[in-house]
Amino acid sequence: MSIALSINNLEKTYATGTKALKGVSFNVEEGELFALLGANGAGKTTLIGILTGLVKKTGGTATVFGIDLDKEPEKVRSMIGVVPQEFNFSIWEKVIDIVVDAAGYYGIPKKIATPRAEQILKELGLWEKRNATSRTLSGGMKRRLLIARALVHQPKLLLLDEPSAGVDVELRREMWLFVQKLNAEGTTIILTTHYLEEAERLCKNVVLIKEGVIAEQGNIKELMAKTGAQSLEDFYLSVNKRV
Amino acid sequence: MTRADIVGIQTITRKETHRIFRIWIQTILPSVMTQTLYFIIFGGLIGSRLGNVGGTSYIAFLVPGLVMMSAITNSFSNVVSSFFGAKFQKSIEEILVSPMKPWAMLTGYLSGGVVRGVVVGFAVFLVSAFFTPMHIAHPFSFFYFLLITCVIFSAFGFFNGMFAKKFDDVGLIPTFVLTPLTYLGGVFYSITLLPPFWRTVSYANPIVYMIDGFRYGFSDISSAPVLTNAIILLLVAAVAIAIDLHLLKKGFGLRS
Repeated sequence: MSIALSINNLEKTYATGTKALKGVSFNVEEGELFALLGANGAGKTTLIGILTGLVKKTGGTATVFGIDLDKEPEKVRSMIGVVPQEFNFSIWEKVIDIVVDAAGYYGIPKKIATPRAEQILKELGLWEKRNATSRTLSGGMKRRLLIARALVHQPKLLLLDEPSAGVDVELRREMWLFVQKLNAEGTTIILTTHYLEEAERLCKNVVLIKEGVIAEQGNIKELMAKTGAQSLEDFYLSVNKRV
Repeated sequence: MTRADIVGIQTITRKETHRIFRIWIQTILPSVMTQTLYFIIFGGLIGSRLGNVGGTSYIAFLVPGLVMMSAITNSFSNVVSSFFGAKFQKSIEEILVSPMKPWAMLTGYLSGGVVRGVVVGFAVFLVSAFFTPMHIAHPFSFFYFLLITCVIFSAFGFFNGMFAKKFDDVGLIPTFVLTPLTYLGGVFYSITLLPPFWRTVSYANPIVYMIDGFRYGFSDISSAPVLTNAIILLLVAAVAIAIDLHLLKKGFGLRS
C-alpha cells in the first residue's frame, strides 16, 4: 500500500504568536479512512488548512501521493477535496451552479462537470434542490452540498472537517454510509470529528492531537486495548486528561 | 497557459457576468439613470446656454466624459464588491483550495469588471443618442481607451478588495479618491480651459488621460497627444496588475 499523505515535523505559528502545530508527523496510507481527533483548538483545522493552501506552514514538510506541497502546491491541491467546518459557499447562488463552478476552478469544463454534478447531487439527495439558492437549504442539506462540491473533481484524498456537525442522527447515519462507499471506491479519507462513535465506527487508524502535538497515534482497537478503554471516547478522555 | 487555466478563467468570468445581469437593477440601471439626468440637466438645460467647448456642442463634449465616468465607477465597484463579498462569505476559499493559479484568478475577476464597465458604458452611450447624434471618430481609440480604463479600475478594485476588512473599507476609495479624481479629470470641462498651474496638476490624474483619449476616439477632440495617453495608461495598467498579482501570490488577506 502506498502512502497517500506524509506529514513530517509540521509547524504553524500564527502572526499573533499562537503555536497551533508544534512538529506534527504522521502518515496515511492510500485507501484508508483515517481519523484526526483533538479538542477544539488542538490544531486539526490548521493542519487541514495547510494541506489545502489556506494556511501557510512555518515549518516541516507534507507530501500528497508523493508530491511535495512546497514544490507543486497546485498539483497537490488538484488531488484534494475538502469539506470545511463552516459553510463557505455563496448564499446567493444556486446549488447546481456552486457544484459546477467548483469543478471549473479545477479546470473541468462545464459540459463534463454538469453530468457529474447531477450524479453527485442525486446520490446526496439534493437534485430536487438544484435550482434553489443555497441560503434556502436546511443545515443538513448545506452539509451535503459541501460534500458534493468537494467531490465534483473526483479527488484522491478527501478531507472531512467535522462533516456531521449539527446534523441529525438519521442524516449522520446516511452520511456514514456515503463516506464508507466513497472509501470503498478508493478515495482516501481523513475525518475530523467530535463524535467519537463516528470515528470508532468508520476509521481504523487515528491521530490524536493535543495542543499542537501528537498525543497518540495508531490503530484504534490496539490503542483502546493498550489502555483498557471500553470505547474510543474513554480512550480520548484519558489521553486528554493526561498532563 | 493550460486548458485548465482557460476553464478556470471562463468559470469566474461566467459567474461574474451572470451576477451582473442577475442583479441588473443594482449593477446596470443606477449608472444609466444618473447619467441620463446629467444629459438632461447639464447637457440639455444648462449646456444649451453654453457655447461650444473644444469646437463642439457642450452635450457632445459631455458624452465621452459621462460614458467614461460610468465605465470607471462600474468596473471598480464590480470587482471590489464581488471580491470582498466572496471574502466576507468565505466563498473565496472555493478558489483558494483549488489548483487555480493566481494570475488566472486575477484575470477572471478583472474580466468581470471589464464586462460590467463596458456594458454600462455602452448603455450610457446608447442613451446619449437621445440627446446628441452618435458618432465615433476613431473606433480603435474609442475601444482601446474604454477597455484599458476598465482594466485599470478593475485592478484598483481588486486591490481595494484585498485590503478591505469590513464593508466600510469598500466605500472609502470610491468616495474619497475615485469620485474627486473623476470629477476633476475633465468629464465636465476641457483641461485646456484651466490656468497653467492647475492644468499641470491635472496631468498627475490618470483619469485625465483616459477621458482625453476616449474623447479623441469619440469626437476627435484631444488636449494631449493620444499616443502618449495610450502608453501612459498601458503602463498604469501593467503596474496595477503587477501589484495585484504580487499580493495575490503572497496570499495577502487571504491565506493566514
